[in-house]
Amino acid sequence: MSQSDKSAQTFESGLEGSQSEVAKFDEPARSPLKSLQHALHVNPALIPLIILVLSVAGFGIILGGRFFSPFSLTLILQQVSIVGIVAVAQTLVILTKGIDLSVGAIMVLSSVVMGQFTFRYGLPPEIAILCGFAVGALCGLVNGVLVAIVRLPPFIVTLGMWQIVLASNFLYSRNETIRAQDIESNAPLLQFFGESIRAGGAVLTYGVIAMIVLAALFSYILNNTAWGRHVYAVGDDADAAQLAGVRVKRTLISVYVLSGLICALAGWVLIGRIGSVSPTAGQFTNIESITAVVIGGISLFGGRGSIVGALFGALIVGVFGLGLRLMGTDPQWTFLLIGVLIIGAVALDQWIRRISA
Amino acid sequence: MSENYVLTAKGLVKRFGRVVALDHADFELKPGEILAVIGDNGAGKSTLIKAISGAIAPDDGEIHLDGQRVQFSSPMAARQAGIETVYQNLALSPALSIADNMFMGREIRVAGPLGSVFKMLDKRKMESFARQKLSELGLMTIQNIRQPIETLSGGQRQGVAVARAAAFGSRVVILDEPTAALGVKESRKVLDLILGLRERGLPVVLISHNMPHVFEVADRIHIHRLGRRAALIKPQDYSMSDAVAIMTGAMAPPEEMAA
Amino acid sequence: MKKTLLASACGALLAGLLASPAVSQDTVLACLITKTDTNPFFVKMKEGAEAKAAELGVQLRSYAGRIDGDHESQVQAIESCIADGASGILLTASDTSSIVSSVRQAREAGILVIALDTPLDPIDAADATFATDNFLAGELIGQWARATLGEEGENARIAFLNLTPAQPTVDVLRNQGFMSGFGIDVGNPDVIGDETDPRIVGHDITNGNEEGGRTAMENLLQRDPTINVVHTINEPAAAGAYEALRAVGRENDVLIVSVDGGCPGVLNVRDGVIGATSQQYPLQMAALGIEAIAQYAADGTLPEPTPGKDFFDTGVQLVTDAPVGGVPSIDTEEGLDLCWG
Repeated sequence: MSQSDKSAQTFESGLEGSQSEVAKFDEPARSPLKSLQHALHVNPALIPLIILVLSVAGFGIILGGRFFSPFSLTLILQQVSIVGIVAVAQTLVILTKGIDLSVGAIMVLSSVVMGQFTFRYGLPPEIAILCGFAVGALCGLVNGVLVAIVRLPPFIVTLGMWQIVLASNFLYSRNETIRAQDIESNAPLLQFFGESIRAGGAVLTYGVIAMIVLAALFSYILNNTAWGRHVYAVGDDADAAQLAGVRVKRTLISVYVLSGLICALAGWVLIGRIGSVSPTAGQFTNIESITAVVIGGISLFGGRGSIVGALFGALIVGVFGLGLRLMGTDPQWTFLLIGVLIIGAVALDQWIRRISA
Repeated sequence: MSENYVLTAKGLVKRFGRVVALDHADFELKPGEILAVIGDNGAGKSTLIKAISGAIAPDDGEIHLDGQRVQFSSPMAARQAGIETVYQNLALSPALSIADNMFMGREIRVAGPLGSVFKMLDKRKMESFARQKLSELGLMTIQNIRQPIETLSGGQRQGVAVARAAAFGSRVVILDEPTAALGVKESRKVLDLILGLRERGLPVVLISHNMPHVFEVADRIHIHRLGRRAALIKPQDYSMSDAVAIMTGAMAPPEEMAA
Repeated sequence: MKKTLLASACGALLAGLLASPAVSQDTVLACLITKTDTNPFFVKMKEGAEAKAAELGVQLRSYAGRIDGDHESQVQAIESCIADGASGILLTASDTSSIVSSVRQAREAGILVIALDTPLDPIDAADATFATDNFLAGELIGQWARATLGEEGENARIAFLNLTPAQPTVDVLRNQGFMSGFGIDVGNPDVIGDETDPRIVGHDITNGNEEGGRTAMENLLQRDPTINVVHTINEPAAAGAYEALRAVGRENDVLIVSVDGGCPGVLNVRDGVIGATSQQYPLQMAALGIEAIAQYAADGTLPEPTPGKDFFDTGVQLVTDAPVGGVPSIDTEEGLDLCWG
C-alpha cells in the first residue's frame, strides 16, 4: 500500500474498535408508541378496520337489533357498493400519487351510454354495456396519456376531464332519464347488479358481490403481481422507479385506463341500484370516493395504502350514515363526523410517514 | 487492444446547445479493477457516466462492452447488457421492502399457471435470493427482508442498492457518489462493500469527490477536465494534491496519459 | 363542505364562461339565472323563456349554477347582468337568503328582478315572484293520500323524503303542505321536523335524485318497516324510493306521492310507481316572466301578485289515475300533454 493510501486511512483511526460488521440490519428496541407506528406503517388498513369495528359495535349497542341485524349490515354494503367500487379505481390512481376527479362523471357517462345505446339505437344490451365499458376505458386513456405522456398534473387533467365528461353526459343524454320500468321490461340485463341473493335477513345484491370481488381481485393484483408492485413504486418515487427499470408511463396509463373501466362497472352497478339511467346521478361520487380512500389510510402522497383500506373507508362512511340516521340525528352530523375522520386520517398518515425521517 | 478492457469509450462527444459537455472523451475500464472518475463540477464527468450507462445518447464516439460495439437507448438497455448503475438517489422506493426493491422491474413469477395466468410473484424465492445476495456482500444479520427501505440507515440503503446492482449477473457496476451523503462510519462500510465487489471480480467505476476515499480504494484514477480525460493516474504515483491540481488545471497532466 | 369544494373548483371556469359583451341600447335584455342547466325542469324553463323572448324580440342571456346550491355562480351571473344593462332578471335562487344582497344591487340599478319557482327569503326581496304554490302542491298530494287511505289514514306510517339538510323554502312548503293536506298539525310551518304527530316515521334527505331517494327510503325503512305512505320532494327521489321498497317486496302496499310533473314522473304515475304527483309549469313561469320584463321595459309597469297571495301563482294540478272525491285532479294522459322534461 502506498503512502497516500495510509494517510487516507489515518483519519478513520477513530473507527477502530467500532462495530466491524458491514451495514448491519438491526431491529432497534422500540417504545410502545414506536411499535404502534411501525404496525400502522406495515399495515395502514389497521386503523380504519379498528374504527369500522368500533363504530359497528357502538351503533349496535345504541340501536340494538335495528342496526345490528343481517339486513341492516348488508344494507350498508348495498348503500356503499357504488362508492366502494369507485374507491377501488380511486385507490389505484392515488397510489400512483395521482388523483381522479373524473371518476363520478365517467361512471355516469358509462351508465348513460349503456342505457341510451340500448334504448335510442336499439342495440342489444350486451353490446351497449360493452360500449359503456369502452367509453369508460377511453376516458381513462385520455387521462392517462395526459398525465403520463404530456406530463400534466393529475389534479388538473381530471378536473378538466370531469367537466368535459359531465358536459358530454348532459349533452348526449339530453337530460333524459330512462325509467326503471322501461329498463325492466326491455333490457333487464342493465339491472343485473340489482338482483340479489338472500339468506336469512341478509341481502347481498350482485352489486355488493361485484364490489367485494373487485376489491379482492385488486388486492391480489397489487400485492402479488409485478404490475402491482410497480404501481406502488411509481407512486412512491417515479424517478427511482424509472431508474430501477419500471416502465413508468405504461404503468400510469394502465392505471388510468383501469380506473375508467372500473368506473364503467360502477355505472352498470349504479343502474342496478337506482333502477333507472339518470344523467344527474353520481354528482358527488368523486369526492365520496376520495373520502373513502383517505379514511381508508391511503396516502394522498402516493405509494402507501391498500384496497382493503379503501373498502373499510367506504364502509365507515356507510356505517356512520345509516347509524346516525337511525338515531334520528340531523344529516349534517354525518358530514361533520366524516370531516373529522378525514382530517384525522390525513394527520395519522403524516405521523406514520414520519417514520422515514 | 479492447480485449484487455471490459468497457471502453472512444471520442465521445455530447453537446447541449452551445455547451460542449463531452469533447472527444475517452474511457477505459479493466476487468476486476476499481476505476475512480474525478473531476471538478462541470467537467462533464456525470455526462460521461450517463453516456456509458445509457441515460443519454452521445452525439459522436463509440462505446464497446467486452469488445462489442454497443449503443444504449435507455438505462434499461445498458442494464440488460450488464452495466448496472447505482445512482446518487439510489433509485429505491422508500415504502417498499428490500426484496421488492431488489427485484423492481425484474420480478420472478411462480412457476406454472399461477405465474403465467395469474401473474403471481414468487415472493419466497425473491426474498431468499435477496437475503442471499445481501449476505454475500457482508450485509449480514438481516432480520426482516420485508422491511421497508425507509426504515434503513443511509449506509444500509446504499448497501441494498449496491447489492441490487451486483446481484443480477452484471459485468460492470457504476457507483455515483456512494459516500456523499454518509457519515464517516457508514462511508467506511460502503468502501468495504466496494472492495468486496472487486474481490468478487466485478469491475467498478467509482465517481466521487472524496479524495481520501478515491485514493484508498481505486486502482486507477480517471481525471476528467473540460469535457475530456485529462489524465489517467495510479494513486501510488501521485498525491491527492497532485490529482486535485490536475483536475483544476493548476498542474499540467503527465505525459504518459494512458497508464 | 362538498359544495364549497365544487364551487371553488368550478368558480374559475365559470368566471371565464360568464363574461359577455354589452348590448346596444334599443333592445330589451333579459337574464335567466337558474340553479343548474342540467335539471330538465330548468331546461324546460329556459325553453319557455327563449320562445317567449324570440316572440317579443327580447334578447335573452341564460346563466346557471354548476350544481344545485352553487350560490357563487349565481352572484356572478347577477353582476354580469348588471354590467350588461339588463332590464330584468329571472332568478331561481340556490340560496334564497344569501342572494338577497346581490338582488338588491340589481334592483338599485333599476333592474326588475323576478324570482321564478323559488321565492326569495324574504319574498319581497324580489319585485315579483312567479312560482308554483308549493304549499298547495304539497297540500294536494296530502289530501289525495289521506282520502285514498280512508279509515287507514288514522294509523298511517309516513316517511318524508326531503331535498337537502338546509331545508330550502320549496322543501319546507311541500313538506308542510303535505302535512296540512293529510291532517297533521304542522307546528311551526317554517320548520320541518317540529311536528309531534305519531304517524310520522321520520324525515331524510335525498338531494332530489334516485340514489338519494333509495338510500333515504332504506334508512327510514330501517327505523320503521311498516311505513305505508311516502312523501317525496320530487319524482327522481320517488323513483329511488320505489326501488328501495321493491327490494324488500313492499312496492305494492306503499303509497308514494311526489311533486313536479316531469314526463318520466307522470309515466311513473301511469305505471303505478307513484300514486299521485302535483304538476307544476316551469315553461309558463318563464314565459310570463319574460312578458313582465318586456312590459316593465316598455312602460315601467310592475307585475301584480295573484290576489290573496304574495306571489304570482303559475298554477299546479294533481296528476293521478285514481282520483278521489273532493280533490280536483287530471289523469296521466292529460298530465303527459302538459309535462316537461
